[in-house]
Amino acid sequence: MKNSIYLKNVVTLKLNEDKCTGCGMCLDVCPHEVFKMNSKHVTIQNRDACMECGACSKNCPVDAIFVQSGVGCAAAVINSMLGRNDGECCCGSEPAGTITDKRGGCCS
Amino acid sequence: MDKITLPVIMTESTCCVTAQTVQDALPRLNQAFVTGSIPTAAGNLPRVSSALSWQDHWGAIKARWGVGRMDYAIDPGLYALGNPDNNSPVLVTANYKMSFDRLREALPGRDAWILVLDTKGINVWCAAGKGTFGTDELIKKIESSRLKDIVSHKKLIIPQLGAPGVAAHKVKQVSGFKIYYGPIRAKDVAAYLDAGLKATAEMRIMIFPLKERIVLIPIELVETIKPFLIIAPILFLLSGIGGPAGFWANAFNYGLFAVVAFLAAILGGAVINPILLPYLPGRAFSIKGFLIGIVIAIILLYLRDINLHAWPGRIEALAWLLIIPAISAYLAMNFTGASTYTSLSGVKKEMRWALPSEIAFAICGLLIWITSRLIA
Repeated sequence: MKNSIYLKNVVTLKLNEDKCTGCGMCLDVCPHEVFKMNSKHVTIQNRDACMECGACSKNCPVDAIFVQSGVGCAAAVINSMLGRNDGECCCGSEPAGTITDKRGGCCS
Repeated sequence: MDKITLPVIMTESTCCVTAQTVQDALPRLNQAFVTGSIPTAAGNLPRVSSALSWQDHWGAIKARWGVGRMDYAIDPGLYALGNPDNNSPVLVTANYKMSFDRLREALPGRDAWILVLDTKGINVWCAAGKGTFGTDELIKKIESSRLKDIVSHKKLIIPQLGAPGVAAHKVKQVSGFKIYYGPIRAKDVAAYLDAGLKATAEMRIMIFPLKERIVLIPIELVETIKPFLIIAPILFLLSGIGGPAGFWANAFNYGLFAVVAFLAAILGGAVINPILLPYLPGRAFSIKGFLIGIVIAIILLYLRDINLHAWPGRIEALAWLLIIPAISAYLAMNFTGASTYTSLSGVKKEMRWALPSEIAFAICGLLIWITSRLIA
């Protein structure tokens, strides 16, 4: 299993190629190889792999990337629907194969 | 998060705190995993080793099973791994103890500084999503640890999965420290250091292999124990009502099966789904879980040797074909939060149809099952 893809054509990722200076920061922080460097600026090569973590837009020094970031977690969505715990998620993953979770109320 | 504040003194709760708690006291030397101390410009800092003790391993096992998981935290601040000097690399991590342990464990025989941010005991990825592993907290810790007085370089190595919370250019602007995004997994940090802070493409890609899916199963199961303990006895007792034989005979016949079916549905969503995730058909997690539930229901009904020639048997079978997949689908859907590739937009889209369907299936199934008990 190399890189699983979730639902298609749903992510909110937008790249303004005119603003992009080609610094390559987004290539470093993206965990799913969504971007690719062209000669002068980056392009989106695999939009459906995006998990909307927001690392790229946060680290883009020229604000060329927009993404409505959030955690893709059903429990968090349910929590926010119920107005509990600010819609926190209970689970997440972490480096070193230490996918570790925390309880944010959904899993109490 | 975008507003950067340079805290000289903590603004909140300055009224009634002692000098020690104002602005981050040094991490304590008497924490169980600390093996010594190292004198620095900022005072005596705790020294740790890359070798984990049995307490560290035991703590990790407990956290995996949800025991004390929410306060499995260490003091934030600067730690010395081995015997670092002013040229040693500075690695940043969260104060979830498992995050800290994974990092030091991956660096045997190395000297480094480990800057631990106060993420309230939450791992790097989750804390970055919430912003507690973030620009402000990092700048705050750079100041409070007096890092500038301890190292002579201006480089910080941040785990790549911390990037959703940290704006590297802003940290540079305010603190002067340049951020190098290290690999996703702690096990690659040594190679990253040896390569002169260069990550390979593999180090940057988040995958979700079997081993990482399996370690999540305990917590998925623990989360379902409470509802199971509440619902299982109710199912058991409901089975006693109606049916051909006496109350207890019915309960042991239909009720025991109901409890087993319920348990099997939970195992389908919380155990089988994580294990088989990439091989299950469908992109939506609910579909994966639903299909597991269908298979489980068919197997259970076959083993039960249900009488499909009579209406009570047919109705009971139908009920389980609705209830079991609904539960498995719901639990599988919840696994989106633990997976490493689901987007919020995707999860919302899935839930718009999946959640109402799961609720409808479960309620219809339950009503049909109760009917089957009454007409039997």
